[in-house]
Amino acid sequence: MSDPSAAAIEAESLVRVFKKGPRAVDGIDLRVEHGEVYGFLGPNGAGKSTTVHMLTTLLPPTEGTARVAGYDIVKEGPQVRSSIGAALQEAALDPFLTGREHMRFQAALHSIPREERRQRGDQLLERVGLSDAADRKVGGYSGGMKRRLDLALALIHEPRILFLDEPTTGLDPQSRTALWEEVQRLVADRGVTVFLTTQYLEEADILARRIGIIDNGKIVAEGTPNELKAQIGRPSVEAIPLEPEDLGRVTEVLERFGEPVPGTPRGATVRLSGGDVTLASVVRALDAEDLQVEHLQLHQPSLSDVFLAKTGRSLEGAAREHEQAQEDAEEPVAA
Amino acid sequence: MNAALALQIGTVARRSIVRTMRQPAMVVPALVFPLLLLSINSGGLHAATRLPGFPTDSYLTFALGLTFVQGAMFAAMSAGTNVAMDIETGFFNRLSLTPLRRVALLLGQLSGVVVLALIQATTFLVVGLTAGAGLKAGPLGVPVIVAISLLTTLGFGSIGAFVALRTGSGETVQGLFPLFFATLFLSSMALPRNVIEIHWFRTVATWNPVSYMLEGIRSLLIDGWNGEALALGFLASGGLALVGLVAASSALKTRMVRT
Repeated sequence: MSDPSAAAIEAESLVRVFKKGPRAVDGIDLRVEHGEVYGFLGPNGAGKSTTVHMLTTLLPPTEGTARVAGYDIVKEGPQVRSSIGAALQEAALDPFLTGREHMRFQAALHSIPREERRQRGDQLLERVGLSDAADRKVGGYSGGMKRRLDLALALIHEPRILFLDEPTTGLDPQSRTALWEEVQRLVADRGVTVFLTTQYLEEADILARRIGIIDNGKIVAEGTPNELKAQIGRPSVEAIPLEPEDLGRVTEVLERFGEPVPGTPRGATVRLSGGDVTLASVVRALDAEDLQVEHLQLHQPSLSDVFLAKTGRSLEGAAREHEQAQEDAEEPVAA
Repeated sequence: MNAALALQIGTVARRSIVRTMRQPAMVVPALVFPLLLLSINSGGLHAATRLPGFPTDSYLTFALGLTFVQGAMFAAMSAGTNVAMDIETGFFNRLSLTPLRRVALLLGQLSGVVVLALIQATTFLVVGLTAGAGLKAGPLGVPVIVAISLLTTLGFGSIGAFVALRTGSGETVQGLFPLFFATLFLSSMALPRNVIEIHWFRTVATWNPVSYMLEGIRSLLIDGWNGEALALGFLASGGLALVGLVAASSALKTRMVRT
């Protein structure tokens, strides 16, 4: 039975192990409050989609428990499904149906009364800017239009909780911004709780009130974007010498101000030790050594730095590792 | 059946019919190829009617029965491919997230193929009879031919859906086509069983349920009302439909694993 005082989404020690496969989700604890946008950030293969599939009842967990809208995801699947909307990783649409036909199809499956189906469908199509294309077959839609239709379909039964699994992957910047605006409007107008998975740092930073960083099936950091950045705390300085042979000396100078961190191979990067170190003091030290630089920049901590600090690799690097691991797994064994 | 279930079946069926009819590449071959084979066979194999024991002097009438079963096999490909496409594109997950019941999904999905079968059966009958084929059972035989034809299509269609649900692959469904055709060739497709002289072939054709589907339809075209042939025809088609539906239903349970 639904507990009205419960959080919108709660998970405790959630685990999913695939047959002959990895521990895709490895003991996740989550709590997402009503009306909150929670960003679930991680590279490909980190366990984001597996978590969403479990929370949306499409995949039973191997261990652990979770409640969505106050309902147990294993014992009360139908109640969970009637409380949530989901736009999963693929914009799963029928290329032979029109946008309007999709809306009516989805509305009928949710047993929405006939007279309301047309009205609600048309309103949502208008809301996501697809009224003009409503009677065109979806096969001819752009990626952004498909994503917007997917979002509208997820909202047809007026769910309280919305799961968006990498909603902007593969979209051009304009379509991405349009979708962000729509999600922000939904939260502001209707108080919908949004569980958003993404591999884009910027998306998590802009949309989410709180972020969980997932890597190899575990949540490695959680908090508001500002809290997470504050955990890293200190800015970094990057310098690229004018003469490449000066790289060693520039590195030595920079290391007086903080510990080295990975950066461009053409230059040196250090995370500042704190105290009263400023960019001006770095400039003075370089000048005192008669070193000229082509590029000198102070970076405030970003979510990318947070990811690097928590996992020891960049988000892009983690994605490459995952792709490499998949390629290795697919490679035939030499005789 | 309650109203919600009826609405679900109707909704899925409507989508299935609409998407089937919007794919000419699925509809046209299912109509054209059986008719093409009918015209080739009825012209080229006419001499077979002179064999002792051949039941009619019109090979066109004899071969017309084949078009319905052949059409059913084409339609099965359509059913299986549509289900596989839904799995491959993730549309199946969308359906799984709604209150849709499994039985509604299966019956709804197969409705598209049954409508295609109705169009096929009507077309084959009109073309065949216009070209001079006989219909000994008279006008009342038409709905019976259509009924066997629909049941046969449902049988092959549910086998296609079963393979799609088990594998989630459209390519594997396409791989069924040669298998279906081999089954067709090893039946009484080209000759009645009593005139097949090769012993092993006659034995295989006798054990092959496709022979009885063909013979049930042919009996109405050639003999009139033959109770035994009709009963065996309905039994073979109905049995295949039952086996196919049970298998597809079980595969759907595994595929639609929502909690």
